[in-house]
Amino acid sequence: MSALVIRDLHKRFGATDVLKGINLDIDNGDFTVLVGPSGCGKSTLLNIIAGLETASSGEIEIDGRVVNAIPPKDRDIAMVFQTYALYPSMTVRQNITFGMECRNVPKPRQAAALERVAKLLQIEPLLARKPAQLSGGQRQRVAMGRALVRDPKLFLFDEPLSNLDAKLRVEMRMEIKQLHARIGASIVYVTHDQIEAMTMATRIAVMYQGEIQQFADPDTIYNRPANLFVARFMGAPPMNPIPARLEVEAGRPMVVVGDIRLPAPPTISADWRGKPVILGIRPECIAEPSRQFGDGATPGLTITAPVEMTEPTGAETIVVMRLGGAKVLGRVAPDIRLAIGALANFAVDARKLCLFDPKTERLIA
Amino acid sequence: MPDTRPSFARGLIYVVVTLLAAAYLVPLVVVVLNSLRTAEEIAQTSMIGWPIRWAFQNYTAAWADYCIAQTCTGIRPYMLNSALVTLPATILSTLLGAVAGYAISLWRFRGDTWIFALVTLGVFLPEQMRLIPWTIVLRDVGLTNTLSGLVMIHTIQGLSFTTLFCRNYYVAIPQDLMKAAKIDGAGFFRIFHRIVLPLSPPILIVTVIWQFTHIWNEFLYGVTFTTGTQQPVTAALIALSASVADVPQHGVQSAAVVVAALPTLLVYLFGGRYFVRGLTAGAVK
Repeated sequence: MSALVIRDLHKRFGATDVLKGINLDIDNGDFTVLVGPSGCGKSTLLNIIAGLETASSGEIEIDGRVVNAIPPKDRDIAMVFQTYALYPSMTVRQNITFGMECRNVPKPRQAAALERVAKLLQIEPLLARKPAQLSGGQRQRVAMGRALVRDPKLFLFDEPLSNLDAKLRVEMRMEIKQLHARIGASIVYVTHDQIEAMTMATRIAVMYQGEIQQFADPDTIYNRPANLFVARFMGAPPMNPIPARLEVEAGRPMVVVGDIRLPAPPTISADWRGKPVILGIRPECIAEPSRQFGDGATPGLTITAPVEMTEPTGAETIVVMRLGGAKVLGRVAPDIRLAIGALANFAVDARKLCLFDPKTERLIA
Repeated sequence: MPDTRPSFARGLIYVVVTLLAAAYLVPLVVVVLNSLRTAEEIAQTSMIGWPIRWAFQNYTAAWADYCIAQTCTGIRPYMLNSALVTLPATILSTLLGAVAGYAISLWRFRGDTWIFALVTLGVFLPEQMRLIPWTIVLRDVGLTNTLSGLVMIHTIQGLSFTTLFCRNYYVAIPQDLMKAAKIDGAGFFRIFHRIVLPLSPPILIVTVIWQFTHIWNEFLYGVTFTTGTQQPVTAALIALSASVADVPQHGVQSAAVVVAALPTLLVYLFGGRYFVRGLTAGAVK
């Protein structure tokens, strides 16, 4: 059964269309991440799911029940906010039990639920404190505790890690993922951070300008982006879009970039022969010549390109090269030293090339 | 090294500021001094002067047995009137203003900015303009010449200020807090009572001090809508000064003025710093 179904959802503020026909079907136990740049409508969508805003049209179904007309408190959801939204004048204990108090849950059951959650999140020593006496990470935990204590059908997370410093963010990211694995809850998680999306999600919905660009598992989103927006948005550094041309050589389709020829994905339609295309190639698919991609079954492919700049990050070195007039990034091992301005050889992972229509920017192969 | 030498400009500023402060305090000093002088002494020397014989009896007379408009009870019953008007009106207008400010700032509804604009318009309407409407209202609800009538007027008039103060304080409460509470299942009054009110002491202190001072010192409504024994002390003081005696009783009158001003003076002395602190405080740290 689906934990959440959204059908043809629209949201308009005056003349502005914020959400333009959203369709989503989220399975029970899925960790779905809505990711996109700011202003793409992801937070509005989350608020509509929560019932904090109303849709202009369309239908929302939580756990098999249409909830459009149901107030937030009766939707059987829990939400974690970017600002944590802990009640400042209440202790941690009161913060966590406030919802149960509102729903008239008997005291002994409140205490039992509180104990379970406090133990799960290891916040027992903090229960008597006020939010102002907690660190950012602790507040985050309490905010999650407030959501977990309800044991809802659906968890909603609104950029919960954005206010944490980088180190803590990575820690909490892992914790939330482990938590999901342990309790198996259905989660909708909003973020603008594509790394959070990739690392935590079982399903990712990439949003842009009020539309879902692609809704798929992280692997598909990363390796087979539905369009150039997704290709550019996911991955850091992003996928290289290179203007190219499709030709046929000895019956096999080839992508031609300047004087470089790469075997095109075999799925490419014959209609594209002789036409311009956009070649999408991930930076990690361009590496030092000794690199073996995959299990080494496919023979390696080597290209030669002028090196314009290198950026050593420590774990690897980003290489800026020029391919057929376009600036292209590659990722080589950190011990490789490349001379700026000189030609160098690179191995290319030809299995992972993507081709896009230059006009519609859609994935064509 | 900062320059620690007293500069000429700095000295000049101190002189000017001290003179201004002194000028501002002169009326208070004169009244306090006269309240301690006998009527004869004031009549024989001048309105301004140091007491030759300390006349503390002025205070007992002013408080308990001086005659105001043929009733010789001193200002005691009128002080009580003022308290009976000021305390309920202050509490009611503050509580209602807090609820109104909360509704306007945190529960957006259609037309909320218009309602806020209308309510705050009351801050800028001159008192005189409202005299006749209030006269009609008091007549129609049967509260002419009653303390309850004054309580009603001050409560409603005060709403403009208290709503403005509270609304401006509550807008700083993050919307996420409201969202979290709604998801938790709290309604309008539970959110107010459990989340907003506990954050409110700084602004409630401000509105209480403000309302108390204004209502206690208010004169025009008191003198217009009440007569005789129903008057608040500010109105009674006028009757007191207008009473025709053989010798003008400046000493007793001054003592009455000092006593009448005492509650607001005390509020200022003890609450002044909370007032300033509350005005600059934010709702959520």
